[in-house]
Order: sequence, then structure tokens, then C-alpha cells
Amino acid sequence: MTATPDTPAKGPRGWITGRGAWITFLLVPPLVVMTLFVIYPIVSALAYAFYDWNGLRREGFVGFENFRIILFEEPFASTTWQAFKHNIIVFASLMIVQNGVGFILAYCLWRDLWGARFHRVAVFLPVVLSTVIIGYLWKLFFHPIFGVVNQSLKAVGLDSLVQPWLGQSETALAALIFVNAWAWVGFPTLVFLAGLQRIPSELIDAARMETDSEWHLIRKIVWPLIAPSTTVVFILLFIGSFNWFELPYIMAGLDGSPFGSTDVLGLFFYRTAFGNQSAGVQDFGLGSALAVIMFLFIAIVATFWTLHLRKKELDL
Amino acid sequence: MSEAPDTQRGLLATFGRDGLMQIILIANSVLMLFPIVIMVFSGFKSNIEIFQSPFSIPDFTDLSNFTAMATQSNFLRYLFNSFFVTGVSIILILILGLMASYALGRYAFRGSAFVLLFFMAGLMLPLKLAIIPLFVLFRDLGFLNSHLSLVAVYVAMGLPSTIFIMTGFIRTLPRELEDAARMDGASEARIMWSIMLPLCRPAMVIAAIYNLVPIWNDFFFPLVFIQDDNLKTLPQGMTTFIGEFVTNWGVMFAGLTLAAAPITIVYIILSKQFINGMTSGAVK
Repeated sequence: MTATPDTPAKGPRGWITGRGAWITFLLVPPLVVMTLFVIYPIVSALAYAFYDWNGLRREGFVGFENFRIILFEEPFASTTWQAFKHNIIVFASLMIVQNGVGFILAYCLWRDLWGARFHRVAVFLPVVLSTVIIGYLWKLFFHPIFGVVNQSLKAVGLDSLVQPWLGQSETALAALIFVNAWAWVGFPTLVFLAGLQRIPSELIDAARMETDSEWHLIRKIVWPLIAPSTTVVFILLFIGSFNWFELPYIMAGLDGSPFGSTDVLGLFFYRTAFGNQSAGVQDFGLGSALAVIMFLFIAIVATFWTLHLRKKELDL
Repeated sequence: MSEAPDTQRGLLATFGRDGLMQIILIANSVLMLFPIVIMVFSGFKSNIEIFQSPFSIPDFTDLSNFTAMATQSNFLRYLFNSFFVTGVSIILILILGLMASYALGRYAFRGSAFVLLFFMAGLMLPLKLAIIPLFVLFRDLGFLNSHLSLVAVYVAMGLPSTIFIMTGFIRTLPRELEDAARMDGASEARIMWSIMLPLCRPAMVIAAIYNLVPIWNDFFFPLVFIQDDNLKTLPQGMTTFIGEFVTNWGVMFAGLTLAAAPITIVYIILSKQFINGMTSGAVK
């Protein structure tokens, strides 16, 4: 009765070959797709970075020259480092705003108050919308004269706050961060909520007997128990922040206007690789070097941070 | 007994806390929905109405902005392209994903752990950063400026998560049914098609939704691969029609509303499946 297909020793020889052929038939097409369109391009990206490129044509091997130029030679270096700084600001702000508000909302939804289902659907709605729609919508809303943001401020008497949000260096990046948080807050909210809902209610009831302080309850009981959810949410936000491209592209343009105040690595990478209207040059070598640097940075930090957070999960 | 006042204080605290939570939730939902409502309202207004009374309720029978969008731009073409590319990609992802997951989840064979790891590596690799080699590869294959490039990238991007979701699910399915069928002399292909496939449906729904939203909304890959206006998908085409109507806010809002409508409607009908599907990668 134990004639499971796991035991190739059983059955006639023809059946084994048939089984082998069947498994091969199942595996080969997906493996070919993955190799051709994921593994091969990623490995090539690494190789491209070590070559000199003339437009779309590959020339000689130049070692680490492209990396040196992108990191240490002007005018590239200052753009790279400034963009990197903006990525860090974006990540840190979103950690606080997007994940912080997400946790508060999840905690409120967890009580399953009247209307919780509605609030759940509402908070997740922007998550399913295209970044292009969200970017254009808020670009219109932030219009200095006719935009809803300034109109609303005037309507409630906060005329002093009326300003060209996307048009000045001081507020442009903050406005983009706000839009990103608005669009994505539903994601951490519902992942945290799923984590909260897995906590056994007896545990919470018991803890409530011990303490009256909600804060104490959150810090000592709730937070440690949803640690696996927080790890995933933090890492995904990290990867997303350093790949940030669509929203600044739509709302601030390829140059990160005004005056590069919203320039991030994703935009700089695209400009370097594919050129833009103002500077028609495209350089696949420098672009690849930048891609490799971004990839290594994201991969290394994400790996170590995941290991660190997982270890803390166990400690808690 | 000091229990009574304690309970009372507890009850009061509970009411206070719940009230505060309810206020936070309502305020947030207003903040989430208000911009969407303004977008839809503005789609029914003229420029003057939008500028003078941005918050007023419009005349919903005036569809002139929507007809302008549908007739004077390539909007319907973009919409069709998005349906086509997304549909073909999802079907291929499910077929290829099911094949790999079935082999990995149902049979033990030498190297299966390595094959699974190979697929899972795709979960970590941001394909966006490999855009230059992809561009060169597609140029050599003649895929540039064709929907083939998009389908190829989307299928490759979708396979790892699909295999992750479905292999886990297929492993949990009971063995009795297929063993019985095997005793009756059914072929492996027949067992997979008629017995196992129907059981896999829930996992296929999750995998389909998980991939549907990012593919439908993708902007980056068409931006690089597609130049021909007749081949553009909706998110990319939006940059074109927004440029065409840049001085006509009513038409722009109507266009954004139309572009948001398909996925919003599906989301509202299937909100539970959407939320489960899209967070399934993070909730485990």
C-alpha cells in the first residue's frame, strides 16, 4: 500500500523513465523562463558594469573604472551621494509615518469596532491603484493655485500654510513622502492586523488583568508577538525605498525637480542608463555600475537586517 | 470588595479608548476616500467649476469629459492593451507556476531542493535593476516595442511568488486520491489534470491576485520597452493623455477616474480575496 511515487525503486523500469520524463516536462519550461529572463539578466548586469560602452555597443573591459566614476568623480559623485541621502530620508520618514500610522490603524482595527470592515477596505484602496494615477492625482491636488490642498487650507483658515508644495526645494520631497505614505499605509496596516489577530485572546485577557496601562500591554505583550510581521514590513519598505522610482518620476520628473531636491537613486539610474531630454547621452556602463551598487547595498543590508530582526524575534 | 469600582473604571476606560479608536479610524477613512471622491467629482466638472468650487457636488449627467477622453485620446486602446498583457501574463504564470509547483510539491526527486531554491532566488532579486541587460536581450530577440517583452518580464517576475504559494499548498493535499487513481492505472498527467488541479483552485486564486495588481499597474517596464503609442498599456498611456489634456483639468480627472475604475470595481467586489492575496507574501 506504500506505493507512493516517492519511491523510485518500486515499479517497472519503464515507469521510472516515464516518471522522470514527466517531471522534466513539468520543470523545464518554467526553468527556461526563469533562467532567460531573471538569472541571465542579473548576471549580465554584473558583467556589463566592468565594460566601457559606446551607446548600445560594448567596447573594452575597464575593470572598476565605472564604479570609480559613479562614486568618486564629478559631476556623477555628488549626484549619487545626494540621491542616496534622499533615499535614506525617504526610508526613515516612511518607517515613522507609514509604518507608525499603519500600526496605530491596525491596533484600532483589531478591536473589531462597528464599521471595522469598511475601514479595512478603505485604507487598502489606494494600495491597488497604479502609482501613475496616484502621482498625477496628487500633482493636480498640490497645484499652487487651483489644487485641493491649498484650497482646503484656505477653507479652514490656514492661509499662512498655503505654498507651492511641489515647486520649492524645502517641501517637495516631504510632499512626495506624504503621498507615498497615503498610498501605501494600507499595506503595513493589514499585515500588522493579521499578526495581531493571530495572538490568542486568552493571552491578552490575562495580560489585561495584570496591567491597566495600554502602553505597557503594547510594549511588553503585543509588539514582541507580532515581531514576524514587523520584520517583513520593515524589509519590504527598505527595498521599496531604495528602488523608489515611479512616484518621483511622475510627480517631480526625471531630474528630480525642483533643483534636484527630489532626486533619488532610481531616477539617477534611469537617467544614466537611458538618457533624458536635457542630456541625450546614455551610458550602459555607468548605469550598470550604479545598478550593481544599488543591488549589493540592498541585498547586503536586507540580509543582515533580516538576520538581526529574526534573532531579536527569538530573544523576545 | 473593591471589585465593583475597578470594573466600572475599566468599563469607562474601555468606552473612552474605543471612542478614540473609532475617531482615528473614521478620520483615516475620510483622508483615504476624500481624494478619490474629489477625483471622481472633478471628472464631471469644467475647469471653471473645479477652480471656483472644488468641493461641490457636480452634475453627474454631464459626461462630456469622459466622452472627450474616450474619443479624442487613445484611452480605449491602452485599456485593451492592459487587459491583453495582464490576462496573457497571468494565464502563463498560472500554467508554468502550476507545472513547477506540482513537480516540486508532489514528487521527491534528486535535486528538487536545489530547483526550489533556484526559483526562490527570484523572490529576492529586483528585476528592475537588470533593466539594461533585459533591454539588450529583447533588442536581440526582436521583443522591443512588442507585448512579448512585457509578458516575458511579468511571467518571470510572477513565477517565484506563484511557485512559493502553490508548492506550499500542493504539499498539504492528501495523497489518498491520487494513490487510488494510480492503482486504477491513471497516467500521471491524467491524475494531475482531473484530480489534483481542481483541488489547487484556492491557491491559484491567491497567486493570481498577488500578481494581478503589480502587473496591471506596472509602469517601469513599458516605459523602457514600448515606444509605439498603439502598444502602450494604461499606466504608460496615461502619461500621454495627461500631456494632451494638460490645460483641461476636467478631462484629466475624468481620465484618472476611468483609469482607476476597472481595478477599483474588482477590488470592492473581491476586497477580502484582494487583501488576503496581496498580503499573502508577508503574512506567513
